[in-house]
Amino acid sequence: MSTTRQQILILCISSPDLDSRTVAWSFYDGAKTRDELQMQTGDSNEPPYRSVLAAMQDGWNVMQFPQLPYLAHEHEHDTGHLPYEYILERKVNING
Amino acid sequence: MVKVAKEHLLTAAQMAQFVTDGYLVLNEVVPQHLNETVHKELKEFEGSGRKYWMESETIRQVFDLPQVKGALQSLLGEKQVSDHAALHKVVPMHYEGQTYHADSIIDTRPFAFDVQAFYFCHDAPDEMGPTLVLPGSHLRRVNTASIGRYKNIAGQRRLACKAGTIAFMHHGIWHCAQPNSTDTMRYMFKLRLRPGQQQRNLFNTDGCDDPDVKAILYGGSKPWQGNESRLDHMNRAKLWRYVVGNDSVDVSFEGAFSRMGI
Repeated sequence: MSTTRQQILILCISSPDLDSRTVAWSFYDGAKTRDELQMQTGDSNEPPYRSVLAAMQDGWNVMQFPQLPYLAHEHEHDTGHLPYEYILERKVNING
Repeated sequence: MVKVAKEHLLTAAQMAQFVTDGYLVLNEVVPQHLNETVHKELKEFEGSGRKYWMESETIRQVFDLPQVKGALQSLLGEKQVSDHAALHKVVPMHYEGQTYHADSIIDTRPFAFDVQAFYFCHDAPDEMGPTLVLPGSHLRRVNTASIGRYKNIAGQRRLACKAGTIAFMHHGIWHCAQPNSTDTMRYMFKLRLRPGQQQRNLFNTDGCDDPDVKAILYGGSKPWQGNESRLDHMNRAKLWRYVVGNDSVDVSFEGAFSRMGI
């Protein structure tokens, strides 16, 4: 009997358009053991997918859409976290 | 503190780079004999970065170098206040990177900034875990490790450098230590300083209206800023007004300050 584990891909893109380019990325692999190294900061300068849409076309499922930024009067120029962050997942078999 | 000679102050172009990127690197600014002494001391030292800062005459000599003092006076003025010092090590064969963070706590000052000097007393090549920074992130308001789930960001830069290099960082910059795959300990001495005055007109402002200086600010958008890049441009234009000490200077996006009466 096969057992599945969840993999989470976080893609931050440049605008709310799902085909806009990836500007930040993280990968958390639930199929790896505790002793195996996960994605580390600074370990890649090219994203795994150029956009969220490209990841969807490779089998990833979008789990969460971001809320669009709320632009409060007199704080219209405030900036902080990357606003267009999408959480994607897929399930993988870890044994057969 | 004695005012340093004008020739040792940061130039307008250097200050524009700091305002745009949130850091400025002075490569190999510390002479090798001081680097070697500091390195030797650090290998033998046991204790905190603050203790080392308080006890080592050598590290004081590093920060008394005219170019180093000039950079700090350009950013902070003559009434600097020592905030804290830290000694950051990455042990050999350490394969985990630190998570992205901004130091300390969200800063509520609108424009004033602390400076953190990151001093590498030995060569810090890419594989040795030099600090990773995100250029242009310093004016984004985040809460310490609230950026910790970003593992990689377009345009991030490892500060790989030769011995004697100091990076002067705006307190808000996103950064993290990197894995060290060598068999040698990586040392980085950090000194955080606060301004004791308004940070206006402290650098060598000659030429600060020159087109090549303004081009640094106008052209400073980063790939990761995406749709927010025009907002980042507005914020660095506000910081530029502060450091040049002239609230009518307008290097904002499409002259928006003038259009909106800001």
